[in-house]
Amino acid sequence: MIDKDLSIDALRIMLNSRYFEEKTEQLFKAGLVHGTTHLANGQEAAQAGLCMALEDEDWIVPTHRCHGFSICKGSWPVAMFSELFGSRHGLAKGLGGSMHMPDRENCNLGSSAVVGSGVPLATGVAFYQKFKSVGSASFATSTTQNPKDLPPVPVKNISVAIFGDGASSRGSVHESMNLASIWKLPVLFYCENNRYGMSAPSDKMISIDRISDRAKAYSMPGKTIDGNDFETVYQAVKEATDYIRSGNGPYLLEVLTYRFKGHSKSDRRLYRTSDEEQQWLLRDPIILFEQKLIECGYLTEEQIRQIEKECNDGMELQARQALESRNDKLTPEEVEDLVYAPKEARP
Amino acid sequence: MTFREAIRKALSDEMTADRNVVFFGEDIGVYGGCFKVSEGLWKEHPDQVVDTPVSEEGFTGMAVGAAMMGLRPVIEIMYADFYTLIFDPIVNHAAKTHFMSGGQFCCPITVRLPEGSGTGHGAQHTQSPEALFLNGTGLKIVAPSNPSDAYHLLRASIRDNNPTLFFEHKLLYPIDGEISPEPVEIGKAKVIGNGLDVTIIAYSHAVCTALKAAEILRDDGINATVVDLRTLNPLDKETIFRQVQRTGRVALIQDPNGIGGIDAQVCASICEDPETFRSLKCPIMQFSGKNTPIPFSKDLEAKTIPQAEDVALAIAKQFN
Repeated sequence: MIDKDLSIDALRIMLNSRYFEEKTEQLFKAGLVHGTTHLANGQEAAQAGLCMALEDEDWIVPTHRCHGFSICKGSWPVAMFSELFGSRHGLAKGLGGSMHMPDRENCNLGSSAVVGSGVPLATGVAFYQKFKSVGSASFATSTTQNPKDLPPVPVKNISVAIFGDGASSRGSVHESMNLASIWKLPVLFYCENNRYGMSAPSDKMISIDRISDRAKAYSMPGKTIDGNDFETVYQAVKEATDYIRSGNGPYLLEVLTYRFKGHSKSDRRLYRTSDEEQQWLLRDPIILFEQKLIECGYLTEEQIRQIEKECNDGMELQARQALESRNDKLTPEEVEDLVYAPKEARP
Repeated sequence: MTFREAIRKALSDEMTADRNVVFFGEDIGVYGGCFKVSEGLWKEHPDQVVDTPVSEEGFTGMAVGAAMMGLRPVIEIMYADFYTLIFDPIVNHAAKTHFMSGGQFCCPITVRLPEGSGTGHGAQHTQSPEALFLNGTGLKIVAPSNPSDAYHLLRASIRDNNPTLFFEHKLLYPIDGEISPEPVEIGKAKVIGNGLDVTIIAYSHAVCTALKAAEILRDDGINATVVDLRTLNPLDKETIFRQVQRTGRVALIQDPNGIGGIDAQVCASICEDPETFRSLKCPIMQFSGKNTPIPFSKDLEAKTIPQAEDVALAIAKQFN
């Protein structure tokens, strides 16, 4: 078992993710938020296990179901709620919304709302990271040697291309895997398989049983793991990122999980049975983790209830804080000014 | 220096000036690029020229991600017709990066797109799709007509912090010209001549048609001013308005078909500006490509785009 401090941090982070989603759902139901949202209740271990196993300066490109990843990567919930309210205090100044919460400070490039389109972007982040480590793009040029035959170049930081089972059928994902493989880019292809791409069951839509088997076609390691067990995810990500950081190139990790809620707020979940949902609720990643913490003596039941209360109250407070300034919007002029980057923005 | 060499020089100079400039594309290395624009470039910049697999969407998306981190990628899309494959990374992502991140990220990517008909490549290798990007807010679009502008505008595109589409008409590659020492800014049109009878507005290859038409008109005693737009987005409305007001007659020429085209946008701008609109002595004349896919057959292909003789004749009629 992972150590006590890390475990307690993990519990808090998973709880924060869960409570963020719960508050978000309440705010939507109360009519305080415009648009739609995609909740990740049930996927907390897959999201926290990934982010906690990364280095701070590793970059992520999440999916449209992104709130949990943002919380786990360190984004400030007040700025996230503000984004949901469309206020100028949001991560994207209210121009992004639920699906777009980029956070440069926390190395989060933001999500694409085009399923699977974030994967090439994350591959580009990896290209940049290798470029910075090598000092040029020589690892991808083919003047004298096949880039595939170049010795591994260890990199400090990596990039994570997060995508779902649905996106695994996108051409852009396959093209990215091929590109990452030929140039040994430091990218973790992280497939969060939550069984359904909107209403489409992955076993109906995907030609193979395990998405991680796709890795063979791109000469990289692939592994499928239980995504509802925090420790399993954490260890698997550590193993994968060690491999990537050593310069060996990409890795495909498939984590099996389940979203408790519908695809988005308007989903009546007609494509799955309540029996199936009940079975998965028994495998709630937070409850499973709490049981483990009690079993190994890290926390008592009482202490856990206390932590839950602290996290819930904290999230409530942050939602309220964002609510207070929710009418503070950008002016139309400020909005127009953000279309083009100014000259001096040169990074 | 030819148009082709000017582009090559701009790439080379920018790669020398900034190690973060990396050039991606299919067959751009040893092969020298489909149109030999990057011939030998890999020898001068062995660490900055990257041959890619046939994965336009993938490598463009990858370049967009790398640009968001601080690289200055230039990508070559072998034929502009393959724009369909990069629409998602360019229009949905690069163009919206700065906006959707509330200004946290920008996307300084340059996309080179060899375009245009006259080469006998059939309907999927000869299109001029610039107008399709005009509506994609957040992009800059450049389409030079001569070597000097090509050189300076490609350098400006690479240095710009926004995604820029750089259209190169394939028929312009062998055209020769001096490279001016003066840099050219994105968003500034060029005025050629100072005729007071008619203003002919064009861009890219159609500028050649415009200049030819102006020559024919001159023989008829009609003096034209030609405006080379050079940048299609943002449009240099100031220059357009000033030059139209000077003559009160305007002809617009473009190679692609006119539906929802660049010229339609220029036309709308002229009509919207009260002073310019009131200065018009006759209806705005538009000369666009035929509304057909580009035919393969040589004679038919040539007739798809506006001809200088037809343009001159139509303009001259306004003076009868």
